[in-house]
Amino acid sequence: MTVMEQRGAYRPSPPPAWQPRMDPAPLLPDAEPYRVLGTEAAAKADPDLLRRLYTQLVRGRRYNTQATALTKQGRLAVYPSSTGQEACEVAAALALEERDWLFPSYRDTLAVVARGVDPVEALTLLRGDWHNGYDPRTHRVAPLSTPLATQLPHAVGLAHAARLKGDDVVALALVGDGGTSEGDFHEALNFAAVWQAPVVFLVQNNGFAISVPLAKQTAAPSLAHKAVGYGMPGRLVDGNDAAAVHEVLADAVRHARAGGGPTLVEAVTYRIDAHTNADDATRYRGDAEVEAWRAHDPIELLEAELTARGLLDHAAIEAARQDAEEMAADLRDRMNRDPELDPMALFDHVYAETTAQLREQRALLRAELEAEQEQHGEPEGGVR
Amino acid sequence: MTTVAVKPATMAQALTRALRDAMAADPAVHVMGEDVGALGGVFRVTDGLTKEFGEDRCTDTPLAEAGILGTAVGMAMYGLRPVVEMQFDAFAYPAFEQLISHVSRMRNRTRGRMPLPITVRVPYGGGIGGVEHHSDSSEAYYLATPGLHVVTPATVADAYGLLRQAIASDDPVVFLEPKRLYWSKDTWNPEHPTDVEPIGRAVVRRPGRSATLITYGPSLPVCLEAAEAAQAEGWDLEVVDLRSLVPFDDETVCAAVRRTGRAVVVHESTGFGGPGGEIAARITERCFHHLEAPVLRVAGFDIPYPPPMLERHHLPGVDRILDAVARLQWEAEG
Repeated sequence: MTVMEQRGAYRPSPPPAWQPRMDPAPLLPDAEPYRVLGTEAAAKADPDLLRRLYTQLVRGRRYNTQATALTKQGRLAVYPSSTGQEACEVAAALALEERDWLFPSYRDTLAVVARGVDPVEALTLLRGDWHNGYDPRTHRVAPLSTPLATQLPHAVGLAHAARLKGDDVVALALVGDGGTSEGDFHEALNFAAVWQAPVVFLVQNNGFAISVPLAKQTAAPSLAHKAVGYGMPGRLVDGNDAAAVHEVLADAVRHARAGGGPTLVEAVTYRIDAHTNADDATRYRGDAEVEAWRAHDPIELLEAELTARGLLDHAAIEAARQDAEEMAADLRDRMNRDPELDPMALFDHVYAETTAQLREQRALLRAELEAEQEQHGEPEGGVR
Repeated sequence: MTTVAVKPATMAQALTRALRDAMAADPAVHVMGEDVGALGGVFRVTDGLTKEFGEDRCTDTPLAEAGILGTAVGMAMYGLRPVVEMQFDAFAYPAFEQLISHVSRMRNRTRGRMPLPITVRVPYGGGIGGVEHHSDSSEAYYLATPGLHVVTPATVADAYGLLRQAIASDDPVVFLEPKRLYWSKDTWNPEHPTDVEPIGRAVVRRPGRSATLITYGPSLPVCLEAAEAAQAEGWDLEVVDLRSLVPFDDETVCAAVRRTGRAVVVHESTGFGGPGGEIAARITERCFHHLEAPVLRVAGFDIPYPPPMLERHHLPGVDRILDAVARLQWEAEG
């Protein structure tokens, strides 16, 4: 007898009961960004850590102004300044242990430098003498990623691999607010949560993706709220409060290291400078907004806290500035030297073993360079 | 190369065996992709691997090709050798940004400090009655990207040998598996299963004197069949199996063309912008004075891959190859 034939007698069973997989409440971010400076929580912060953050912030700001100046002098093809966002950059580097990995985007040079990479090597991509200047394995820093959010799945994969090998290594991946719209952001967070990979995502929400404001980027209540949909905690923090960013990131790193899985942190901050020197920020935002954020400057916030608590005096402030000036002078000197380029290196490292096709093309370039040398009678960057 | 034909196997079985042997030989080898675990892959190529090596070594991932390849990049950065499955040719397209922006360039970008030994398995090509997005021949996209090796087996022995080589390679390899040959049986020698030519070498599968057919992957059996049929018309055709599109074996191809003076390139991929144009140009540049006729191409039409009930009209078949061979009598037409 078919179902149709037994009409009347037929009582379909109810569908199996639906159960939510977990309570979403603990994953939700707080309504307000977490703050430490100027609150009671500041008393619990480690003074040594705060002083280290301060020194690095001052250095970072100076690095930003120096690199911007080098752009104007034509020494850098482009520099995406992180002025105003230094707290996120510095806290990112200081929240990690040496064995951990950092996955930066193109704006995160400061985090890379704070991790110990040579300031000149960190600028190689932006100077244009090569795509990446440093050995990623030495400092456990991935190359600066130019495509948006594509470095996030790399961080997940590395963290996953480390856990499979039994190493308690954490990966911290940096991305901007614009990057959260990319498909790779979604795929990375989803993989991380499914695999419970020891990875922390830090979104530096600086208000704009080049010219597009956050309101046109997302309709989510906050970027931190996106975490809930993946099944990981979302945390909201004042991105200009170095102590708060460090605390939240350090917590997330500890949580990941202990096997607790990934965390998404949104740091609310602001990009004081234009996107790059090629951008005209006056076209898409007003002075009043920029000035309001200048008044919430990450260095001044920390300086005020440290000074009020007697942890920083005039001499210490001067010392931090002096240290930053020395770094800037050294950077300036070394960046003002023309890099030595070997055109023949173009054919190195395309493959582990070069191909017959590349050998032919290499010979062609060598012949061109030799002809050039003969014509001008001067050596042109060492022909191998 | 002398292989003692010991037992018959399908290409799919040889690929499974290659994955299993590679995983057993090196704990760094990890297989990952959609459905590769309990199901054993939609073509069963990963059958039994999760059972034998555990979910950590053969992992069912979320359904996300960019995520599969993107996480594989990070795993390779930490010293693993991921082998990812893209399930079907057109399903690989979401992963193209990872492939082109990162996988192909990481060695070069880091000046050799960070090689990425990733194998990307892509079942490709038509002839199996697949619906839209299940039959593309996407090799032209891959071979236009420096930094990738592009390899495609046409025999059971090559399926095993080339896959083992691809996994052992310190460079990323796009490993194109001709779907329509998955179930083709062949004899091979499990005693010396890796005993094949290395990646980057083409192989003459059939010697001949009148003209050279240059092909790879799914079109090799069609070319061999055409060569047999051509005998009746007095043509003694040579058949070259490229096996590897990148690196390209100019030496073997040019030697063959110089011997015969005539060449036809055969593949399923579109003719316009397809690999055949590149191959014909390379032959012309290197062997012009040896050529008795223009290098011809027999390729798929320049159309989106057709619906399954019409695909036989699109795919290069024996008759279309024989027609091209007939056109190689250039002088008569001149």
